Amino acid sequence: MDFSWPLIWQSLPVLLSGAWMTVKLTTLAVGMGFIIGTFAGLGRIAHSPLWRGVASVYVDFIRGTPLLVQIFLVYMGLPQIIGRPIDPYLAGVAALSINSGAYVAEIVRAGIQSVDRGQMEAARSLGLSYGGAMRFIILPQAFKRIIPPLGNEFIAMLKDSSLVSAISLEELLRKGQLIIGRTLRPFEILITVALIYLVMTLAISRLVAWSERRLKVQQRL
Amino acid sequence: MGVEAPGAAPEPILVVRNLHKSFGSLEVLRGITNHVQQGEVVVIIGPSGSGKSTFLRCLNLLEQPSSGEVWFAGQRVNDHPAHLNRLRAEMGMVFQRFNLFPHLTVIRNITLAPEKVLGLPKEEAQERALALLERVGLRDKAASYPDELSGGQQQRVAIARALAMRPKVMLFDEPTSALDPEMIGEVLDVMRALAQEGMTMVVVTHEMGFAREVGDRVLFMDDGQIVEENTPARLFGAPQQERTRAFLSKVLSL
Ligand SMILES: Nc1ncnc2c1ncn2[C@@H]1O[C@H](COP(=O)(O)OP(=O)(O)O)[C@@H](O)[C@H]1O
Ligand SMILES: [Mg+2]
Repeated sequence: MDFSWPLIWQSLPVLLSGAWMTVKLTTLAVGMGFIIGTFAGLGRIAHSPLWRGVASVYVDFIRGTPLLVQIFLVYMGLPQIIGRPIDPYLAGVAALSINSGAYVAEIVRAGIQSVDRGQMEAARSLGLSYGGAMRFIILPQAFKRIIPPLGNEFIAMLKDSSLVSAISLEELLRKGQLIIGRTLRPFEILITVALIYLVMTLAISRLVAWSERRLKVQQRL
Repeated sequence: MGVEAPGAAPEPILVVRNLHKSFGSLEVLRGITNHVQQGEVVVIIGPSGSGKSTFLRCLNLLEQPSSGEVWFAGQRVNDHPAHLNRLRAEMGMVFQRFNLFPHLTVIRNITLAPEKVLGLPKEEAQERALALLERVGLRDKAASYPDELSGGQQQRVAIARALAMRPKVMLFDEPTSALDPEMIGEVLDVMRALAQEGMTMVVVTHEMGFAREVGDRVLFMDDGQIVEENTPARLFGAPQQERTRAFLSKVLSL
């Protein structure tokens, strides 16, 4: 059997630096996605047909097209329009954020709709505006409930972020590819890359499960 | 505001003219006209589904009436979304299912709207809230969360929350219907005290004893209309309409 343990140990520092990049990318993307998604989610349930329309087109477009196409569109398509090249890191973060925002939008929308209608009515009956009621009453309750699905979105994004290796952004998979190019040992490297992803996703899903339990105990949803 | 002629009846605080409300093809309110005077306690009774809640919710525009007019404190409320929030703030509403904000403490439930809507400073809102909690007998629960309170306590907090806005009118939609029997009394006591202090109240309820004792006027609603209205003594003692008699004989024999 042709399998080299030492190669794995030697590659580990480089792969872990790639994993760190993956975590940074994912955190940024889901963080930005949370902001974008909150507004898009609010847009999806807005009274104004304009906001609803804009939000729906955005969510449908992102969810209905491959992430890889979206990444290429930002990295290779956009420079043609704006007339100058884009840094792969910026392009990667932007594409992943925009992508995450659409999925978060649906999570936020579902979270808002899971809050009892009576909450909005009570808030409005006290004279709060729609925006005020959302901000002080509905969203705080919705956000608590969306922590678990948001954790799942984080896991999905962590895995999907491997696609930015295609624009040579040196995250975990790309680092692996570079090592493979030098060593011509794809099996050891790819299995190590896979296991690093697995450790990260397992850790996060533990965290999600824990937060879910805590919310149930706390129960003030 | 016009100058009142001597001896004229004071202007009613709430005026409803030919109010209609439909949900799609379902006509829930079919022409309601009524006046509520300052300080009056109007009790609305009627079978379930007759449109009582919808009527209350049209008064503070939680539902937009399909047609007709609602006047509040001399201002037309419907078709004027500009001051809608301010006007709503002057009409307190108490719901069957309390609708306290579960993520906020009792005192924050009460201070939020005075701070955000009326612009009250924090300390003043707190003082006001504590005084109201005292009044409903729950001062020691200020720091609790709603789910730590019994139903009756939650409803009393909900009343305090509405009163913190210093409303001109209080609307109650079956405030005791979701309560265990032993908690109904404590909520009715608070409402009774409120009525004695001169609060204008519109109360949808099945508590006929309360209606009789506290109500100045009782409206019987059926099928989206006010079938009959009178003083409690007359309406309960000598109902004029067959539908009123049928309804009363059903609820009073329970
Ligand atoms: N938002 C709504 N959409 C559709 N139908 C409604 C809505 N609200 C109330 N209704 C209907 O209007 C009728 C009257 O309801 P409601 O005012 O709640 O009566 P009540 O309070 O007297 O029981 C019922 O048939 C109810 O199903
Ligand atoms: Mg009702």
